[in-house]
Amino acid sequence: MNEERKGLKEKITNSDIWRSIFRHGYEDTGRRYTLQILQNVWLHLHPPRVSRHALNFRFTWCMGGITFLMFLVTAVTGVLLMFYYRPTAEYAFRDVQYLEFDIPFGMLLRNMHRWAAHGMVISVMLHMFRVFLTGSYKKPREFNWAVGVILLLVTFFLSFTGYLLPWDQLAFWAVTVGTNMARATPVLGHEGPFAPQDITQSNDVRFALLAGTIVGPSTLLRFYILHCVAVPLLASVLMALHFWRVRKDGGISGPL
Amino acid sequence: MEHFLALVTKPDNVPILAILFLIPYFMWLSYRQARQTDITGVPSDAELNDKVYVWPYLCRNEFICAIIVMLVLGVWSIMIDAPLEEPSDPTKTPNPSKAPWYFLALQEMLVYFDPWIAGVVLPGLIIAGLIAIPYIDINPKGKGYYTIKERPFALAVFSFGFIVLWIVLMIVGTFLRGPGWNFFAPWEYWDPHLVVPLTNVNLSYLFGIRSETTANFFGFVVVAGYFSVGPIFYLWKRNSSRFLQELGLVRYIVVSFLFLTMMALPIKMILRIFFNVKYIWVSPWFNI
Repeated sequence: MNEERKGLKEKITNSDIWRSIFRHGYEDTGRRYTLQILQNVWLHLHPPRVSRHALNFRFTWCMGGITFLMFLVTAVTGVLLMFYYRPTAEYAFRDVQYLEFDIPFGMLLRNMHRWAAHGMVISVMLHMFRVFLTGSYKKPREFNWAVGVILLLVTFFLSFTGYLLPWDQLAFWAVTVGTNMARATPVLGHEGPFAPQDITQSNDVRFALLAGTIVGPSTLLRFYILHCVAVPLLASVLMALHFWRVRKDGGISGPL
Repeated sequence: MEHFLALVTKPDNVPILAILFLIPYFMWLSYRQARQTDITGVPSDAELNDKVYVWPYLCRNEFICAIIVMLVLGVWSIMIDAPLEEPSDPTKTPNPSKAPWYFLALQEMLVYFDPWIAGVVLPGLIIAGLIAIPYIDINPKGKGYYTIKERPFALAVFSFGFIVLWIVLMIVGTFLRGPGWNFFAPWEYWDPHLVVPLTNVNLSYLFGIRSETTANFFGFVVVAGYFSVGPIFYLWKRNSSRFLQELGLVRYIVVSFLFLTMMALPIKMILRIFFNVKYIWVSPWFNI
């Protein structure tokens, strides 16, 4: 009976179909460990081997990975939220209410999206703090640190554009306050120093951000598109670059 | 007290409570490792080149970490609901109006500087300064491990900027600012009609200068004098300091400018809080 089962197992795992999907077995060898990483699209981001201290939670704090995980959570929950949300002044607030009260698990979905976003802001700041404390920005990782700083900004901007979408008092005034500073941009803001005469509140840098002189329906649409399409795309591209450079610049921070 | 409690328990402020716990924890964690490195010496090459297979060792860690984080996030999402206030109304301004919590350090800076500095120039310089860090920090030591002894200046400057000027200001902006962006201690009642005497005067006024032109010139001299501390120090020390020679003039200018700009914030805060100074330099075009 056992022999028969073994024979059947081998027949299956040796079949052309099985071999076309799974490229390696599951034996306990270094070769298989290496193949596991190299031949898996989701894992090939890793090198086959890392230095031992990279496993140490006390060293890495796991913050870079957590940031990426939070990004994935917001991406998945965000796509689901988009099914129930219309970015217009008439519907935005109602849709969020509808989501909270009538959609099964709608409230949970929204909570996860919001808290993952806040978690991402925290973890990205702590990640930067850790990278600084371990001197991991030093040669040859200078450029990757710069990419990381831009990613920090992108994270803030993602969170900020998302803040407006519920279209409630909290969202409206937080974004109003947050964008008010753009009025005072030197030269480009109508209240900033050295602003030319023809820079007014309807053509300055704040107008470009808000698509209006105050936060309004067109701001909502603009922030929605930035939040759901433009900035996540930019973040993805920069993350790809960031992770690639981690590999190319000598792997997770050790002295190099 | 009730206002403070209401603020602390606000769902959107949970991240700040988490930060209050996380930052000291990670500072302690890194301090312990740094002290150990400083006592036992830098890890050897053999130790750092000791390699292990990513599968299963690193993947296992990542997987466990992801599970724990998702658990925390799941519990957080079940326990605490995301806030939804009344529909937006442009005619009804809440007092105080606050930006999202991660921008509150910037909003807090608005107390001390005009919007064009606090809202545009300083954030721009923070970004530029952060990007510049690897290029101006030429100390080759302390790469890939925690240490204090090998890079005390870099650590002190960054930690001061991050902890005091970013995190603490964020916490002050979130928890201790009430109506009119006035400062309220946790036990104080948030009085929307609080009368705050406008006793702030310009620095030139404190020095007895009354004419606008002289005040403008005085302010220029003070600000230029402040920023010339950098070059003067360079001229004074360049022959005797090997560090300055290695750093080079261009890097030195960038370092001293960024450092002095960063320190301008706490200096202005002290001048405002203890000496009621409004502006240091009043000119027809801008005020600093």
